[in-house]
Amino acid sequence: MSEKLLKVKDLRTEFFSSKKSSVVAVDEVSFELEKGEIVGLVGESGCGKSVTSLSIMQLLKDTPGRVTKGEVIFEGKNLLTASKKEILNIRGGSMSMIFQEPMSSLNPSMRIDRQMIEGICLHTSLSKAEARERAAKILTQVGIPDPQRVLKNYPHQLSGGMSQRVMIAMAMSCNPQLLIADEPTTALDVTIQAQILELMKKIQKEQGMSILLITHDLGVVAEMCSRVIVMYAGKIVEEAPVEILFGNPTHPYTQGLIASVPKLGSGVKVLPSIPGSVPDLSSMPTGCRFAPRCKYASEKCRQQEPELVAVNDKQKCRCWLKQ
Amino acid sequence: MSRYFIKRLLQIIPLMLIISIFVFFFIHMIPGDPAKTLAGVEASVEEVEAIREEFGLNKPIIVQYFDYMKNLLHGDMGRSLKSNLPVTEMIASRMQYTLRLVFAGILWAPVLGIFIGVICAIYRGRALDHAGMLFAITGLSAPGFWLGLMGIEIFAVRLGWLPSAGLDTWKGYVLPSLVMGTGIMAVLARYSRSSMLETLREDYVRTARAKGQKEFIVMFSHAFKNSLIQVVTILGLQIGGLLSGSVITETIFSIPGMGRLLIDSIFYRDYPVIQGLLMIFALQYVLINLIVDMLYGVINPKIRYD
Repeated sequence: MSEKLLKVKDLRTEFFSSKKSSVVAVDEVSFELEKGEIVGLVGESGCGKSVTSLSIMQLLKDTPGRVTKGEVIFEGKNLLTASKKEILNIRGGSMSMIFQEPMSSLNPSMRIDRQMIEGICLHTSLSKAEARERAAKILTQVGIPDPQRVLKNYPHQLSGGMSQRVMIAMAMSCNPQLLIADEPTTALDVTIQAQILELMKKIQKEQGMSILLITHDLGVVAEMCSRVIVMYAGKIVEEAPVEILFGNPTHPYTQGLIASVPKLGSGVKVLPSIPGSVPDLSSMPTGCRFAPRCKYASEKCRQQEPELVAVNDKQKCRCWLKQ
Repeated sequence: MSRYFIKRLLQIIPLMLIISIFVFFFIHMIPGDPAKTLAGVEASVEEVEAIREEFGLNKPIIVQYFDYMKNLLHGDMGRSLKSNLPVTEMIASRMQYTLRLVFAGILWAPVLGIFIGVICAIYRGRALDHAGMLFAITGLSAPGFWLGLMGIEIFAVRLGWLPSAGLDTWKGYVLPSLVMGTGIMAVLARYSRSSMLETLREDYVRTARAKGQKEFIVMFSHAFKNSLIQVVTILGLQIGGLLSGSVITETIFSIPGMGRLLIDSIFYRDYPVIQGLLMIFALQYVLINLIVDMLYGVINPKIRYD
């Protein structure tokens, strides 16, 4: 077994509308990431995948959210109890992040070079000129043909795909151990999506870093990941290596998700879908959170919540049918 | 940029023309007869008529307008009906006082207002935020005349620290500048707070934090500059308002500025002076708006003019 890079244990993140009332966006989330591994975190919008990633990076400032329980152990250090300085050193250094909207994730009033140099200078001892050189080199690595021109540009002068390449370059600039990619291709059109995914794979191979890939696109997961974590309504419902998850999904939610992916040549006219919608965070059903939408749900499912348990040596599932 | 600037400058010409039409005809719609006011209550019909003749007030209003515009294009705003002095000279001599007052107000108010707003946004929901906003709302709710009178009562009458009128020494500027600036300070505090809060929710602020940037630099180098666009718009409008709205301050502190000249001229139906002043006020507004538009391009490179 190779070394663990990130261990998330029993993470709980709550969003507070006042001092006393809150909704739990992420609950009992535990998973591990090995060095050099690409893990997918999938689920519908609002299931807590982004909040999980922001909780790991501790980027919940200016949101009403707060991590109220659990541990995030990165390279042996619990980030939730680490000092501010330690966090600043890790963020953008050994752990970096790219976001869903590349166009709005770059500061509109700052040229690309300043935005890139800023990060490099924070985590290395390079001078500004050296940092600029490194920025240009990384831009070339991410497939930008004319890095000197792009460095002088403002974000609005770049296309969406270019912006995401710049974001990736920025995230890669200090050789991180872990890259958290929060829906990195959702805002891009399909051909650009493929290019960006290819690029991430290539860089991952070259540098041997780990990627936590957050997405709702099962196609992206199949393409990129070795292991998949499925979240539903703030909790992990299934975890398995990618081929097992697609071949033999155990949780009814995962089954529903996979069934709803269109398949070429299947001749199916109406795409199957999961009835109902994700429960509101403020009125979670008692028992299994998926029970109201589950065709197998029994009385027990509606009253008692199942635990996430191993169904075999590689797969975990949160469902009474498997316990 | 320079082409855009020239285009905008040229656009001022038709705009001022339209403004002049409105100003001229609205002024002549004010009830009251300047000839009668000038001649006095006991004047005979012939005397009043003579005054009308002298100042061209008996001509059809369209003719009067064209006469006025012809002179205006030669830089002549006419003569005051009351004092017979050239209007341009009258306005020029009064303008310096108003400008001094406005300058005294905008020297501190925008800086303090934006500072309070930004601090409130950073400490949103906490005691400092509430205190800052209470201060801003108080400033917004306190009428200028009341602030001025209270200032005179406390600092001039009771404590004797500051003069109650005039702009002879730097001390004379303190109270008027307080009255001029308080409103702007309060408005800007509120706008810059909400603008900063909006900016702090932007994705690029999160990106800056994700780089491991220090909070102070995230706030000022990434959020603050981008939050300024809204604030600059409001600042421009406020300064425009000050230039034409210094009447109360000038009256309270007996400062012979443009605002007081306007009030006096309205009492006497001194048409040329009112017209001249309104045209100047309008021009100031237009120019400040132009400056604000130019500033947008400096703050946000996305806004380019060509």
